[in-house]
Amino acid sequence: MRDVSRHPAAGPSQGLVVRGISKRFGVTQALDRFDLEVRPGEVVALLGENGAGKSTVSNVIAGTFPSDTGEMTWQGQPYEPKTPGDAISHGIGLIHQEMRLLPDLSVAENVFLGRLLHRGGRIDRGEMNRRAREQLRRLGLDISPTRLVRTLRVAEQQQVEIAKALTLNARLLILDEPTAALGGEETDHLFERIDALRDEGMSFIYVSHRLEEIARICDRVVVMRDGQLVATHDTAQVPVVQLVEEMVGRSIERIFPDTGTAGAREVLRVRNLTGPSFQDVSFSVHESEVLGIAGIVGAGRTELVRAVAGVDPVTGGTVSVEGRALRLRGPKEAIEAGVVLVPEDRKGQGAVLDLSIGDNVALPNLDRISHRGWLSPRRVAAVAGEAISLMTVKGRAGQPVRTLSGGNQQKVVIAKWLERKPKVVILDEPTRGIDVGARAAIYEVIADLARSGMAVVVVSSDLDEVLGLSHRVLVLSRGRQRGILPAAEATDAAVMRLATA
Amino acid sequence: MSTTGKAAPAVDTPPSPSDAHRARLPSWVTGILTGSRGPALGLLAMCVVFFIATPYFLTQSNLLNIVDQTAVLGLLALGMTAVIVMGGIDLSVGATLALATMVVGWLSHDQGWPLWLSAVAAIAVAGACGLANGLGITYTKLPPFIATLAMMSIARGLANVITDGQQIVGFPDWFDNLSTIRYVGVFTVCTAVLAALYVAGWAYMRYRSGGRALYAMGGSAEVARLAGIKVKQRTVLVYTVTGLLAGLAGVFLTMRLDSSQPSAGTGYELDTIAAVVIGGASLSGGVGSITGTLIGVLIIGVLRNGLNLLGVSPFIQQIVIGLVIALAVMLDVLRRREAR
Repeated sequence: MRDVSRHPAAGPSQGLVVRGISKRFGVTQALDRFDLEVRPGEVVALLGENGAGKSTVSNVIAGTFPSDTGEMTWQGQPYEPKTPGDAISHGIGLIHQEMRLLPDLSVAENVFLGRLLHRGGRIDRGEMNRRAREQLRRLGLDISPTRLVRTLRVAEQQQVEIAKALTLNARLLILDEPTAALGGEETDHLFERIDALRDEGMSFIYVSHRLEEIARICDRVVVMRDGQLVATHDTAQVPVVQLVEEMVGRSIERIFPDTGTAGAREVLRVRNLTGPSFQDVSFSVHESEVLGIAGIVGAGRTELVRAVAGVDPVTGGTVSVEGRALRLRGPKEAIEAGVVLVPEDRKGQGAVLDLSIGDNVALPNLDRISHRGWLSPRRVAAVAGEAISLMTVKGRAGQPVRTLSGGNQQKVVIAKWLERKPKVVILDEPTRGIDVGARAAIYEVIADLARSGMAVVVVSSDLDEVLGLSHRVLVLSRGRQRGILPAAEATDAAVMRLATA
Repeated sequence: MSTTGKAAPAVDTPPSPSDAHRARLPSWVTGILTGSRGPALGLLAMCVVFFIATPYFLTQSNLLNIVDQTAVLGLLALGMTAVIVMGGIDLSVGATLALATMVVGWLSHDQGWPLWLSAVAAIAVAGACGLANGLGITYTKLPPFIATLAMMSIARGLANVITDGQQIVGFPDWFDNLSTIRYVGVFTVCTAVLAALYVAGWAYMRYRSGGRALYAMGGSAEVARLAGIKVKQRTVLVYTVTGLLAGLAGVFLTMRLDSSQPSAGTGYELDTIAAVVIGGASLSGGVGSITGTLIGVLIIGVLRNGLNLLGVSPFIQQIVIGLVIALAVMLDVLRRREAR
């Protein structure tokens, strides 16, 4: 099954053929003689860890920047896009992971951005709206083209991006982590659309970390590592373990570490907690226990744990730590009581990217490591150094967090709390946007937290993650608690049945 | 799980070309100059050029003159640095200064208050303006630009209302002397206070947890909030202190001019922002330092003074200062890109 071929199909191809492209950024060889072929009407998965070069390939194909060496052909002709506009006019579009839409313009204006339709010197809104609606219908989306993009949900915004590419007569779309922000149902919907467009002869390059999705939607899989082609598979039905090994270049013995046995002493108790998007939730977490919280997107998981950490206000119920009730008047009180949150949005809420690792680690500990409010840089450096070695962060204390990989950034976010010796650690989507190789390290950290006696709460959209780490799993659906399953009973099927209740 | 077998990605240890340079300077110098080396070199270069053009530039009396002339700008820029590092902006400092100077004159001349008490009251009034800015931004959620723009208009209006736009002239000698008589041959009371405040501000921004929190807030207010920092309280505090400093600057200006003028400080907010930005602060927050600001203030002061000595017209001076602002920020952007 493994076929490390340097020369895909010989002879002219009607699809995209990429041969021997290399790209260097400063000292980093981002791409090293990379080959890729995408035939008409197929979905090719481009798989690799963060930094493997997936984005570089995507950007070269989409004309963001040229490669240093190598050549490409598209529909049998030499293809050398100078700009993204050039690529689009050839029918090749890139849908970014982060939406590139203007929130305060209408859907139709976004779709026709840069080429607004005119009639008699005036913008022809009627025609623009009509054609935008037509493309959205083709994607099964019934929204008004005059709505502001700001008012759309993330999944709808993504559809607008795709509709935009379709009005440009795209024949090849590069989808960069398209499901990162989507729920299960929305993902299904997206896949239906990809299937339909593939039947019309469109091609896709599907960039993703999510192996199980790749098996569902892709025809072939291309694995890359360190800028090089590692393997191509002519089917998407490749064992996950094999793909992971190819991506990380070493064998993954066990993805989920042993979290030990839960203790008997109750640390966190939540009683009838009610907020704007969850009602009447009650649970407790013991020392050395990992409680997983599962549910589909929009079930209220993030809202629930933010409320427990005092970040968002609640309308009723209580949270107590070791028998002492919190007033839930802001994060500071919860932090002082020993409840800390590693938030879902690492870049926006977890770390200050432009500050150093040291400053980030010091941030929630300013009250502890300062002496009457005075901070000694030596003390800050010592605390940061401790955190860096404890969590095996690859970086120096003075280095800005922005320059770290996602996994190392997440370690910094976790590390900054450990100095406080918290009693309850809540991790919301701890491995979102982190590549497979680095995830194992995060799981190891979570297991360590539990083994050291902390009560741990893990929220994740990745069901395997919740099941693999937790002693018990609480399932939420539409803001209500549907049950708490012990690990032995928490199977995929059992959890999904409750989650979709 | 084994972590061997795969080298650390190159991004984890970016090369830092400036490390080699820094090694040559004593560590206390590099420590103080962190992030402000570029502006410091610019200031030095400017001094050399003016010295060559006119030897009078480097005389003791002229250098002290520059310090005296920049004291007001320096006070405003001190508060502004904290505001900008925190991710805010304060357009009201010039007008607040004017209000303070009018309050000093009006209370002491028209209301018969003792002068010292009038000065204290003026600083308190300016502090109240800052407090209003802070409350407007945190509790009514006005963007800092709008809240302080409104305050700029209100404070300027109040400054004019007090005396119906008239100036107040003539203060006792002891008061004016605070800004003119030098002790130990160097500091007037004004500049001594300024120097002390700069040292305090520098220590606060570098070594106090409250100061470090401002950098975090400027980088990401949400991260700071989730880390348990009372973001609203700090915001209010910083704007209030900036108001108090603007009030003090108003009192200093009253001493220097021996009068209270309602039009005082017009456009100072922009000079202040320029000084802070020339000193390496970023208007998007999270970056900046007191040392940098001091250098930025001196750059503007030296530039004005030098061009005056050379007999360059004030109109041309405006053009030169504009170019310097653009150049400073351009170089800063390039340097940061290099460091990435």
